[in-house]
This record gives sequence, C-alpha cells and structure tokens, in this order.
Amino acid sequence: MSSSPSAPEAKQRPPHRDLRGALRAHLGGMLLSSHAVLLYIFLYLPIVVLVVFSFNDSRFLAKWGGATFRWYGELAGDTQVAYALWNSLFIAVLSTFISTVIGTLAAMAMERYRFHGQLAMDALLYLPIIIPDIAMAIMLLIWFNLSGVGFTPWKVELFGLRLAVPYSVIIGHVSFNISFVAIVVRARLADMDRALEEAAQDLYANSWQTFRRVLLPMMMPGIVAGALLAFTLSMDDFVITFFTSGAGFNTLTVYVFGLVKKGVTPKINAISTLMVVFSLALVGLARLLQKGGEGAPVDVDLF
Amino acid sequence: MIETLRRRPGLQAALLIFPAASFLVVFFLMPLFIVVAYSFLERGKYGGVVWSFTLENLQRAVDPLYFNTFLRSARIAGLTTVICLLIGYPLAYLIATQSDRRRNFLLLALMIPFWSNFLVRTYAWLTLLRTNTGLINVTLMGLGLIREPLPLFGNDFAIILGLVYGWLPDMVLPLYAALSRLDPSLLEAASDLYAPGRRVFTRVVWPLTLPGVAAGSILVFIPSLGAFITPALLGGGKSLMIGNVINNQFLAAHDWPFGSALSTIMIGLMLLATLAYFRLVRRRG
Repeated sequence: MSSSPSAPEAKQRPPHRDLRGALRAHLGGMLLSSHAVLLYIFLYLPIVVLVVFSFNDSRFLAKWGGATFRWYGELAGDTQVAYALWNSLFIAVLSTFISTVIGTLAAMAMERYRFHGQLAMDALLYLPIIIPDIAMAIMLLIWFNLSGVGFTPWKVELFGLRLAVPYSVIIGHVSFNISFVAIVVRARLADMDRALEEAAQDLYANSWQTFRRVLLPMMMPGIVAGALLAFTLSMDDFVITFFTSGAGFNTLTVYVFGLVKKGVTPKINAISTLMVVFSLALVGLARLLQKGGEGAPVDVDLF
Repeated sequence: MIETLRRRPGLQAALLIFPAASFLVVFFLMPLFIVVAYSFLERGKYGGVVWSFTLENLQRAVDPLYFNTFLRSARIAGLTTVICLLIGYPLAYLIATQSDRRRNFLLLALMIPFWSNFLVRTYAWLTLLRTNTGLINVTLMGLGLIREPLPLFGNDFAIILGLVYGWLPDMVLPLYAALSRLDPSLLEAASDLYAPGRRVFTRVVWPLTLPGVAAGSILVFIPSLGAFITPALLGGGKSLMIGNVINNQFLAAHDWPFGSALSTIMIGLMLLATLAYFRLVRRRG
C-alpha cells in the first residue's frame, strides 16, 4: 500500500481572520462530523438489524419473540446449505488461484515491458470491469451454449459431499477476476522502485533470480490483496454464477437468492450473518497479512 | 533457449501476457462479439436462434415499452450517482482532513460493509423497508406516529436507497484519493489572497478533484445502470430495471436475440460513459 501525500490538515489552514470566520469554520466542522456519523449509522444499521434478527425466536421478522440459536441449529443439519457452501468455496478457491497467477503475469507484462498491442491489451483488461455483470453473464451463457461446452460438471468428492461444479462457472469467475487482480498488482508494481531490480541485475542475478528474490517478494502484498479481492468477488457473485450454471446448481449466494424470493425468514438472516462474519474474518486476515494490520486499508493509487 | 529469452525482452513480455490475453480473447472478447451478433439474428422456436439477419430486435429495443425502461434505469442510476456524490463528497473531505490513524480507521469502517456480500446487504434492507412487516413501518405505527404504512418498498425509492447503500464507497474512495492528493499550499494561497471559503471550494478544490468526481460517478453509475439484484429484491417485482428485463428475456421469454439486443445497447451505453470519463480526465491532465 502506498502512502499518500499529506492531506489538507485543519491546522495548516491560515488563522481565521475574525470571530465570525472562526465560528463558521467550527460550525462547518460540526456539520461535517454529524454528517459522517449519520452516514456510518446508515451503513451499519441494516447489518446490525440483520444480525439481531437472526437470533429472533419468531417466524415473523418484525416481532421480537426472544433470543434463540434455533436457526443456526437448523443450518447445521441442512445438506443443501452444506452443498451450496462447498460449491462456493470450491469455485472461489480455484478461480482465485487461476486468476491470481494469470493476472499477476499480465500485470508484470503491462508494467515492466513495452510491446505491440499494449494499448489494446490495456482495454481488454479494463473491459470486464466496466461491463455490468448481467451483460457479462449473458455473453458467457450464449458462448457456453454455442461452443458446446454447456454446463458440463466437474465431479469432485469433498468431505463426503459429491460436488458437481460446472466448468463454465469456474471459467466465468476467472474471466472477471483476472482484470481485478491485474489492476491491483499493477498498482503495487508501479509503486515499486525499479532501482532494486536493476541493482540485482548489476550484481549478475539472472532474470529468474531477480524475479524470485527481488520482484516476487516485493510484489507479494499486491498479489495477496488481489487474491483476496478475487476471492471476495467470487464468493459475492450471483448473476454470473446463476447464468453460467444451469438450473439446480447452488452456490451460497444463489441459494440465498432462491430463499429470499420465497420470503423473508430468520433462517436467511442466520446464513447472512455467517456470511458477514466470514467476510469480516477475511478483512481481518488481509490486515494481518499486510504490514501486521498497520497502514492504509485502501490503496488510493487505484483511483 | 533461456539465453534467447534473456536477450529478447519482447519474448518475455509475450510469454507473460499470453495467458491473460488468450483467456480474455476466448472467454470475454469472443462472447462479446457473439452477443452483438445475436442481436441481429432471428429468434429460434425453443430458445436459441435462427441464423438469418434481421434488425427487428434493435427496432423492438427502442420501442417505447422497452425504451422507457432504459430511460427509467438511466434516471435511477443517475439519481443514485448524484445522491452518492452529494453525501459522499463531504464524507470524503472529512476523512481526507483527519490524522493518519483516524483516517485509516474511517476508511476501514467504510470498507467493511462494502466487503460483505452484496446480496446479503440488499436483503438486510428488506427487513427494514417492507411495507406491512418492515421494521421501520412497524415501529412508526407502533409509536402512533403514522396511521398508514409509508411506501418504502417496491418502488424507485427503495431501489435508489439500495443502490446508494451498495455503491457509496465506490464514490467516496476516488473522491478521498483526489482530496488527499490536493496540495495544501494551494488552499493557503487562495485564502491568503482573501478568497472566501466558498470561492476556495468552487475555484480550487472542486476543479482539482474533478477527476475523482468523474471516477466515482463512473464507478457508481455503471453498476447501477446494470443493476439486477437490487431491483429484483427491493423493487418487489413491480419496479423493474433493464437488467431484470434482460434476465426475463433469457429465463422466461426465451427470446435470446432480443435479450442480446438489450445487452448490446447496455454495453454501448457503458462504453460511452467510460469514454466520456477518459476524455474528461485527459483534458484535465
């Protein structure tokens, strides 16, 4: 993560010229703060309500019927949920791995070399991010249909569950994740000091040694950030999975969408709560992996 | 062979870019061309297409029935973008003027909901918004503040609320990035020249953060225009956007060419918006 140049700090502004100006500045600051407080309440209120009502001992969501772990208990014995969960994880892990490798290589090519068609490649890398997922889902649906790949499943046995994950879903996830990984890793590469690589080569390190001992370790925070982003996006995805999997295939998100369409139940709240906790854990893990939790949580150079 | 590789950086670059290029050509670019091609084909009997050229699909897409959905979607996405900008700018400004520690904390607090599942976050609003059983209406009626439930659900209001909630960080982050790159000495110079606070903002801060405004607007507008989950859940099946119409063409009506035509137009609009963004950024340097 890069450090940003110093921001306009309140202290650095020139002293206010009169009392009225000072008062106005104070009032403005208070307005800004209360605006921020309200926005953060807006951001967290739905999630808090979601979590609280996952412990509600009543089928009717708006009525509080006492606290219970009943819905979590129901989830534990639900094989459909288990299948959906493992499908999600299987797709996320696999597509993250593939797209992280491909995306990292692409980032190195784009940032460290000049070659013919680089501009076109740049556009090709940006397009999957720009195009809305519904359009991308349609594109892939037609393509898999037309090419005859269809929804052929990959059959694997995992923890006693017989998964059948369509190749098309994994391919779909890779194709939207490559770009995100490439952009994150590229931002990291752009930040790195080339002198170190040049120094390594001056010391007679060959390309492979330079890559393995200098470039890769320095790129690592970017690669980890890109992989975590890819993993999150894969777990998050509904539309592309839905369109490239055929009927009856559930990931966690697709399963929850099906339940929500039938109605609101505390059971959905329980699954949702677990999903929120899971992503919180991921964010925590990301913070730990990057500089032991210090540093900016967002790379401003991405924007 | 390794010797050749070392001497030819062009070859190294080609090997590095090959996996991404080939994957994206086969599983992104070709599908993209196929969708555009499908827009000009006739509909098959049981889904699929008949390979003969027609302009009928594109004509139907600009038929008022569907064109209005496009307009409505664009209006919803536009309103979402403007609201995000209006409420996001002051927040970004506040975050950018904090000390490092507080700034990181505020950014993290902004990103945590954003990293949670989008569907889950949208579903969370159902509990609050639903007309008769939603927490807001139940509470307000329980307190005797209102007699009739407020129309919070199944309309454009609910969709825009859900979209603003979903994409606000996408607006705040580029704005924050632009604001934190501002050179404080420029603000001081403006103030020293007796520019009142409002003028400092309109003449210095706003123009300099315009690239951030543009980036944020693009990042909010595009997914809002293509929204599918939000209108499906919060629109209550009544209030639809173009994403839902496309979905129906494939899953219910089995009219793939027409669905492709709608997608093609949507993709075209996205590209236009993005090009406009790049032109704006380039002009501003």
